[in-house]
Amino acid sequence: MRALITYVYLFLYAPIALVVLFSFNAGRNASEFTGFSVEWYGKALANPFLITALQNSLIIAVTSATLAAVFGTMAALGLERLGSRARAVFDGLLAAAIVVPGVVIGIATLVALVAVFGVINPAIASLWPGERPPQFGLGYGSIIAAHGLFTMALVTMIVKARIATLGRDIVEASADLYATPLTTFRQIVLPQILPSVLAGFLLAFTFSFDDFIVAFFVAGSKTTLPIYVFASIRRGVTPEVNAIATMVLVASLLLIVIARLLMREKTRKTTAGE
Amino acid sequence: MPLTMTTKRRLVTTALLAPASVWLFVFLVLPFIAMVVFSVGERGPAGGYQPAFTLAQYANLPARAAAYWNTLMLAPVGAFLCLIVAYPTAYYLAVKAPPRYRLLLVSLVVVPFWTSLLVRTYAWMYILGSRGIPNLLDMIGIADVRLLNTSGAVLLGIVYGYLPLMIMPIYVSLEKLDRRLLEASADLGAKPVSTFFSVTLPLSLPGVMTGVALVTILLLGEYLIPQLLGGGKVFFIGNALVDLFLQSRNWPFGSAIAVTLVAVVVVVLMVAMRIAWRISGTRQVDLV
Repeated sequence: MRALITYVYLFLYAPIALVVLFSFNAGRNASEFTGFSVEWYGKALANPFLITALQNSLIIAVTSATLAAVFGTMAALGLERLGSRARAVFDGLLAAAIVVPGVVIGIATLVALVAVFGVINPAIASLWPGERPPQFGLGYGSIIAAHGLFTMALVTMIVKARIATLGRDIVEASADLYATPLTTFRQIVLPQILPSVLAGFLLAFTFSFDDFIVAFFVAGSKTTLPIYVFASIRRGVTPEVNAIATMVLVASLLLIVIARLLMREKTRKTTAGE
Repeated sequence: MPLTMTTKRRLVTTALLAPASVWLFVFLVLPFIAMVVFSVGERGPAGGYQPAFTLAQYANLPARAAAYWNTLMLAPVGAFLCLIVAYPTAYYLAVKAPPRYRLLLVSLVVVPFWTSLLVRTYAWMYILGSRGIPNLLDMIGIADVRLLNTSGAVLLGIVYGYLPLMIMPIYVSLEKLDRRLLEASADLGAKPVSTFFSVTLPLSLPGVMTGVALVTILLLGEYLIPQLLGGGKVFFIGNALVDLFLQSRNWPFGSAIAVTLVAVVVVVLMVAMRIAWRISGTRQVDLV
C-alpha cells in the first residue's frame, strides 16, 4: 500500500520536477543535463511578447477575480435571504456556469458578442459625427466577462458553504444588543466569511491566470500568458518554454498554497477590531 | 415615505443579487440562446454566420463522428483509469495515513489540480516526445518507439491531469466513514477483505460517483490534452470545435456541435445525480 502511494506521488510530481530541472539545463538537449544555467530565464524575460502576455494575464486575472469575489460574495449573502423557489433557479444557473465546459462557454460568448458587435458597431458608425467611430471588439472585456462567469459561481459556492456553517445565534445576539444590521454585518459576519472570500479570490485569480481554452476563443487579438505558452509549445519544445512553464507553475503554486491556508483558518479572531 | 421593514429587506436582497444575476443572464443565458440560434443558421460565403432556419447543421453531425467517438470512448475510459489509481490513494489517505501527515499528504494531492493544466500536460509532451523517453530507449538499442500522438498518451495525460479531482470526493466519503462500523464488522468475524467489500466500498460509493461524474464531464469538453498529446490524431469534440470556430470558420456547424456537447453533459449529469440519490442523500464535496 505504501509503495503504491509513493508511486502515486512520484507520478504526480516527477513530470513537473523534470520540466523545472531542464529549465536550468545549459544545453538544448531534452534528455541530457549538460550543466546548470539560468540563461533560459534571462532569454524568456527579455522577450517582449512574453512580457506583454504576462501583463495582459495579470490585468485580466486581477480584474475578473476582484469582480468575482465582490459579486460572488454579495450573491452568497443575498441567496440566504431568498425564497426557496428563486433560490433554486439561481443555484441552477450557478451550477450551469460551473458545469458547462469551458470550450462551450468560450464559443457561446464569442458568438453572442460578435452578434452584438455586428449590430452596435454599424449603428455607432452611422451616428458618429467624426472620422473614426469607436469600434467594440473582443479583448480584455470579453475575457474578463467569460472568466468572471465561472469564477463568480465558484466564489458564491465557497462563501455559501462558509455561511452555512455560521451560527445564527451570534447574529441574533448582535441584533438583541441593538446593533444595526450593517454593524452586525461589519463586526460579526464579515470577519467570519473573509477568509473564504479571500480564498475564493485567489482561486478565481489562479483559474483566470491559468485558463487557456476560454481565452483562446474570446481573446480576439490579445495574447494571454497561457495562449503565448501554447503557441510556443506548438513552435517547438525548447528550454525557454521550460523556463516559462516553471515560472507559471511557481506562481500558481504560491497562490494555491495561500488559498488553502486561508480556507483552513477557522477564524479564531471573531471580532477583528479596527 | 418611510420604507417598511419588508420592503427594505427586499431592496437589500435585490441589490445583493443584482450584479450576479445580470452577469449570469448576459454572459450565460444570452450567449447560450445565441449559440442555439447560430446552430440553426447557415454558413456565410466568407465563413461566419448567415441567418436561416434549417436543421442542416444537425443533419451534418455524422461528418464529425470520429470526434464524438473518441470523446465518448476515451472520456469514460479515462475516468475509469483515474478511479483505479484514485481509490487506493484515497483509501490510504483516509484510513491508513498517519494522522499527523494526513493534511499535508492531502494538500500534496490537491495542489497540482490548481496549477496550470497546460504546463502539466506539456510536461508529458516533453517526456513522451522524441527527445524524451524514446531517445533514452534509442540509446539502449530500442529504436523508433512512438509514444506521443497515441490514444495511450492521451489516456496517460487524462489520468495525470484529473487524478486529484477523482481522489478528493472519494477521500471525503471515506473520511466520513464511521470507524465503529469497521470494528463491528471485524468483531462479527468478517475478514478485512469482506469488511472492505460489504462495508467500506458501498459506503464510499457516493464519493466514487461524484468523482467519476466530475471527471467525465470535464473530459467531455477537454481540448488541451488531446491537442498536445494526441497531436491531431486523437481528437475530441473540443478539438473539432476549435477547428470549426478558429480555423475553418464554420460557425453554425460548430454551434450545433457545441449544443450537442451541452446535451451530452446534461445527460451524464442527470444520470450521475439519479444514481447518487439512489445510493444516498446528496453530498457536498470540498474541491479545494
